[in-house]
Amino acid sequence: MSEPLALSSASGEPSATGSVRTLPSPASPTRRRAFTEALAAWTLAGPAVFFLLVLFFLPVIGIFVIALSDWQFGVRSFSFVGLANFREVFADPGFRTSLLNTVAYVLIVVPGTVVLGLLIALLIESGKSCRSFYRAIHFLPFMATLTAMAIAWEALLHPTIGLVNQTLAAIGLPTANWLRDENTALPVLAAIGIWQNLGYAMVLFLAGMKSIPQDLYDAADVDGADLWLDRMRTVTLPMLGPVSMFVVIVLAVRAFECFDTVKVLTRGGPGHASEVLLYTLYRESFEYLRTGYGAAVAVVFLAIVVTLTLVQAGVLDRKVHYQ
Amino acid sequence: MSANTRSNRLLQPSATVRHAILLATGALILVPFVWMVSLSIKPPGEIFGTSFSFWPAQFYGIENYTKALTEAPLPRYMGNGIIVCATILALQILFCAPCAYALAKLRFLGRDLLFGMVLIGLLLPHQVLSLPLFILGYQLGILNTYAALIFPYVVSPFGIFLFRQFFKTIPDDVVHAARLDGLSELAIVWRIMVPMALPAVIAFSIFSVVGHWNDLFWPLIVVRDQSLMPPPLGIMVFKNEEAGNDYGPLMAASTLVVLPLVIAFLAAQKWFVEGMTGGAVK
Amino acid sequence: MASVLIDSIDKNYGPTSVLRGLSLPIADGEFLTLLGPSGCGKSTLLRILAGLEVQDAGSVLIGERAVDGLKPKQRDVAMVFQSYALYPHMTVASNMALPLRMRRLSAFQRLPLLGRFMPATPRIAAEIDVEVTRTAKSLGIGHLLARKPGQLSGGQRQRVAVGRAMVRHPAVFLMDEPLSNLDAKLRVQMRAEIKELHRRLGVTFVYVTHDQAEAMTLSDRVAVMLDGELLQVAPPKDIYADPDDRRVAEFIGSPKINMLDGVVRERGLIDVAGSTLAIEADARAGEHLTLGIRPEVFHLADHGGQGALTGSVRMIEHMGSDLFVHLDLAGLDHPLIARLLAERAPLISPGQTLHVGAKPERVLLFGRDGRRLRRQVGSGRASVTPIREITR
Repeated sequence: MSEPLALSSASGEPSATGSVRTLPSPASPTRRRAFTEALAAWTLAGPAVFFLLVLFFLPVIGIFVIALSDWQFGVRSFSFVGLANFREVFADPGFRTSLLNTVAYVLIVVPGTVVLGLLIALLIESGKSCRSFYRAIHFLPFMATLTAMAIAWEALLHPTIGLVNQTLAAIGLPTANWLRDENTALPVLAAIGIWQNLGYAMVLFLAGMKSIPQDLYDAADVDGADLWLDRMRTVTLPMLGPVSMFVVIVLAVRAFECFDTVKVLTRGGPGHASEVLLYTLYRESFEYLRTGYGAAVAVVFLAIVVTLTLVQAGVLDRKVHYQ
Repeated sequence: MSANTRSNRLLQPSATVRHAILLATGALILVPFVWMVSLSIKPPGEIFGTSFSFWPAQFYGIENYTKALTEAPLPRYMGNGIIVCATILALQILFCAPCAYALAKLRFLGRDLLFGMVLIGLLLPHQVLSLPLFILGYQLGILNTYAALIFPYVVSPFGIFLFRQFFKTIPDDVVHAARLDGLSELAIVWRIMVPMALPAVIAFSIFSVVGHWNDLFWPLIVVRDQSLMPPPLGIMVFKNEEAGNDYGPLMAASTLVVLPLVIAFLAAQKWFVEGMTGGAVK
Repeated sequence: MASVLIDSIDKNYGPTSVLRGLSLPIADGEFLTLLGPSGCGKSTLLRILAGLEVQDAGSVLIGERAVDGLKPKQRDVAMVFQSYALYPHMTVASNMALPLRMRRLSAFQRLPLLGRFMPATPRIAAEIDVEVTRTAKSLGIGHLLARKPGQLSGGQRQRVAVGRAMVRHPAVFLMDEPLSNLDAKLRVQMRAEIKELHRRLGVTFVYVTHDQAEAMTLSDRVAVMLDGELLQVAPPKDIYADPDDRRVAEFIGSPKINMLDGVVRERGLIDVAGSTLAIEADARAGEHLTLGIRPEVFHLADHGGQGALTGSVRMIEHMGSDLFVHLDLAGLDHPLIARLLAERAPLISPGQTLHVGAKPERVLLFGRDGRRLRRQVGSGRASVTPIREITR
């Protein structure tokens, strides 16, 4: 690890006094080289470090400060009020509904997406033909602009002219005003969530299956576990353990971040039936300008997402990696 | 391997069953796309009629698409999307690559601390930061400008992380050789490391562009002016204010917004899958 | 207990032919090694024996039963893989029990929870437990049964892989480079253990390796393969001392055998590298042939001329008791290597001219097609023992 600057400065270091130096002194070549290398590193990383601090770390501190104070947008007064904002948030039935709705949404979307994504990945991998065709079709919703697709979904779910109700009516099943009925609004949003993320889970599972060594399937064959189901149970599913854990957490984080469909399709309604955390955060902070309240919701949201990610990075990761 | 294809594997889904199920699920997945395109070429009479067909009796596509392109400033939205995504991506690569190089190849005091910062940055959901960032934008006086759409994203912890991982796989000797050839550290980043890390750069570019093209949350907060809106926000406003129940043009506009990424995806499926799942470390 | 007969096997991957009309009988209880460089088709042949690959033509008999249409589990063979292929999520005990569970328990009895309540399941499971424990103890891994493969050392994993193969008493053991993932010291130790295992079990072993030391120390017979064909099948000492083919002679032995082009001058005399050696060859005068002389066959000669080769010393490698002397000979583009006793070391120095001789009966002669030219002299020991004789 050297660089031109360090090389030239190292040669300019004769011991003028004639004394023999045995220990690296502050001016020794090693030290200087380390210094110039550090200088180069910080110069290169400088802009990124500056923006990381300003755009990530200051705002995180900021959100805590706002959450703990009575500061309002456009108001001059500022004093710390402790946990008052959090007390207000948790006392608010609207927030509790929002939190419960979000959890319910996550609990529908994650298992639904994981199971369907896994099944489709297994089916695609069980044959050789048309693999990339099927992969492309199922992955498409994950790519498409969700705001625009939400508008398409609204047309599909339209109470009178929507394809869904027309189909249901044609085969004699009851229809519904899906997005305006408080019993169906959240489940329908969850279904859209599954529709959007399924291809993502599928692709991650496919990658997981690719990394299973062929030797294990051969060993299973020789050992007698050669029926499809036995191979699944002996090799495929256990070997997908680590990637499954990963898929679950990533999907959970994505599901917690649900916003676009709510904003476009229901605006949290009817009533509070489809209100989710991020929508509450947005509305309180930027529509009602209840800054303290919004910041407290943001802190709660942050706590949930960070916990989920740490769970993945830490405890469970170790358990499913078979080491 | 022939072992996989031997036919007498009991209970393995046969090829027919496999195709049948996958075609069925694939068709279901595609319904919203098909319906969107179908409505976008139907006249209002057919949309609100009770008939049931994907292809219109009367082709009304030209009228709908013309309306979408003229009544809403859709070309403007798309242009805004391109400007914003391109600027964000350029700045991200500009700031992330040198930092990633320092993290991957240089030894310096505070490197672990810096990498820790990047990992924490990866952990933070961006929406949480929106309120302080909004205030920052307000203080800087840049709300309701392109700058407001761009500034929160000029550095990407994921970009730094991804580039660092890739740079680490490049042998140190390459760096040493470049130094002996007289390249400065900055020249090493741009002339050696980034070209060698092209796959990572492409994957990150796709991840970044897809993410910001599709983003609704942040533009919704900082942009009021229609002439600055990126596609998702624009089409939402179009739906709420102008189109209302005018489904034909609305669906035409939606189709046009979705189209660029879908075409790019179908053209470079492998890269897209890689880019989007590489983002899974987040 | 079973013999194995490989009969005219062909295998192609698309346009590339991997095995060409390969036939090989293996006796009951024999330790046979398939030896060859990577890509010679030896692993493919082993996988065909196991039933993991299907041959394009020919047939495989195990214990006089054609097994061509049979699945791996129906062939009564067990296999140890190069990567060991242990199931990482299962304990050592479960890994070893799996082949028995798959064989003795029905699909219903193997159901995750319900299976336990099926009649007979507990009894069979207990029997399996006993057998697994006994096998593990015999391999010295009894204390590891509750561990998972990730917690084991390379040598321990190797033993678990052997245990999983052993536990159900297969008629034939197939081993695909089982030692190649171990370090050199452990490899020597495990080599001895595999040899001992074969002696104890007395069943047929088919062992694939590219390492000639493994092949020479372990095998009853070695089958040398190159480019999808068998070059020679013979006991290790014959493979070394009495090769059928120039390629076999070159593949076996380190340092490599010296190959010298020669021309028959008259009966009993061959011109080679500027000298004439007195070697009886079954060839006409003027015919070209190749002399194969192993480094240790050379001895120092007092003077040049008839019966000795003369060259200048390029380099000397000291190997302890021996030294390898590299000699530049006139008209030879690569140096000759002679292995001499170290006692002579002080007398040899680079640049010096040296004369070496070789006992005529230890010089191997090869025709232009690479086949061995055997001398029809003396006793009837004219060629290797025919294969059929060994296989009974």
